Amino acid sequence: MASATYKLPKLPYAYDALEPSISRQIMELHHSKHHQTYITNLNKALEVSATALAQGKLQDSVAQLSAIRFNGGGHINHSLFWENLAPSSSAEAKPEAAPTLVAAIQATWGSLDSFKAAFGAALLGIQGSGWGWLVKEAGTGQLRIVTLANQEAVVVGDTPLFGVDMWEHAYYLQYLNGKAAYVENIWNVINWKTAEVRYAGARDDVFQVLKANM
Amino acid sequence: MATTLFRTAPSVRAALRPSSMKPAVAALTSTSFVRGKATLPDLSYDYGALEPYISGKIMELHHKGHHQTYVNGLNSALESIQEANAKGNSIQAASIAPLLNFHGGGHTNHTLFWENLAPNNKGGGGEPEGALKSAIDKDFGSFETLKKQINTALAGIQGSGWAWLAKDKTAGTLQVITRPNQDPVTGNYVPLMGIDAWEHAYYLQYQNRKAEYFNAIWNVINWNTVAKRLEKA
Ligand SMILES: [Fe+2]
Repeated sequence: MASATYKLPKLPYAYDALEPSISRQIMELHHSKHHQTYITNLNKALEVSATALAQGKLQDSVAQLSAIRFNGGGHINHSLFWENLAPSSSAEAKPEAAPTLVAAIQATWGSLDSFKAAFGAALLGIQGSGWGWLVKEAGTGQLRIVTLANQEAVVVGDTPLFGVDMWEHAYYLQYLNGKAAYVENIWNVINWKTAEVRYAGARDDVFQVLKANM
Repeated sequence: MATTLFRTAPSVRAALRPSSMKPAVAALTSTSFVRGKATLPDLSYDYGALEPYISGKIMELHHKGHHQTYVNGLNSALESIQEANAKGNSIQAASIAPLLNFHGGGHTNHTLFWENLAPNNKGGGGEPEGALKSAIDKDFGSFETLKKQINTALAGIQGSGWAWLAKDKTAGTLQVITRPNQDPVTGNYVPLMGIDAWEHAYYLQYQNRKAEYFNAIWNVINWNTVAKRLEKA
């Protein structure tokens, strides 16, 4: 039984566009290899799962759930991540591009700087591989910082506004064991425009990139 | 009770094991705890000695950078626990347990890892012999099957973590197990041989081609160390 097949979304900028904050080599490997591998393995797991289900083998279908969750999460996280980054020289990379969101951040954390400090501390506190996200909480609409292990994704309730990949593959070739510098420099390339749009818009729209690349 | 906390936290016990802990830390299990300092153990080979399988740059950063960070984190976690404890604040002491597990595990795991690696001219590579070989043949069928099982386990780790050849103390058999992040091998298992599957262990040389690293590392496994650990297990 044929299942949905996902494709690698094109980056909205060149591989070297985020230099010097993130090197061209990292971006190229991260996008064309790591992200592609999540997609390849997601498609495989979805296919095996759907086929098993069509044959009435629930046990074999369920056996794929861990791979679907991990690789599906990897695909979702990276797709959202590329869109919430932008070249530092662009207007999108300035907090001024997100007036509503920044006002809400100031109301929540006191200032943009104390939010950045809290977000950075959360990123550096991740034990192992994972992601940090600024999310709009379901129901309350409150802003919240969440960290998720490995490729867990913000898929239930909350709306992800922007995320930072804290897997070592996201920074190692450039920053080695100095991840604090990566966390510091990531602020130069956060796409505030994207974050503002996600904050103001409907939750489903955040994930449009996935549908657009099937 | 604060003392109970120390006795039951598995990573404290794990952290005690490596030979690089100075004796003062033994007092950790008593109420009159004197600050013990974990220290970075020296490697018994040069950073470049495992080339071409693991580059000298990786080894140097891994040992001097990453392992040192776990040592520092362990010491600071122990210190924070001691301070909380001294104030009689056992809840605050308990809240440090995840850091103790992470950094204590990181220190223990890496210490075991360095010892179960060796360059070819110091016994690295080759195949297990003697009682270790017999145990592997009995529990896995062959050394080849064991390698395949470990490589499959390594490839299946979702995120950072380790794969271990371990002895199950009650069953008496050898098993392949994985641990996420820096969780140490404790309880019913005795770690015999570990392989670091964190990206920092291979990325500078192998990038996303981690299967190549998993294949290459068999050339530098120190089976003498593994055999000795099995004798004591
Ligand atoms: Fe490591």
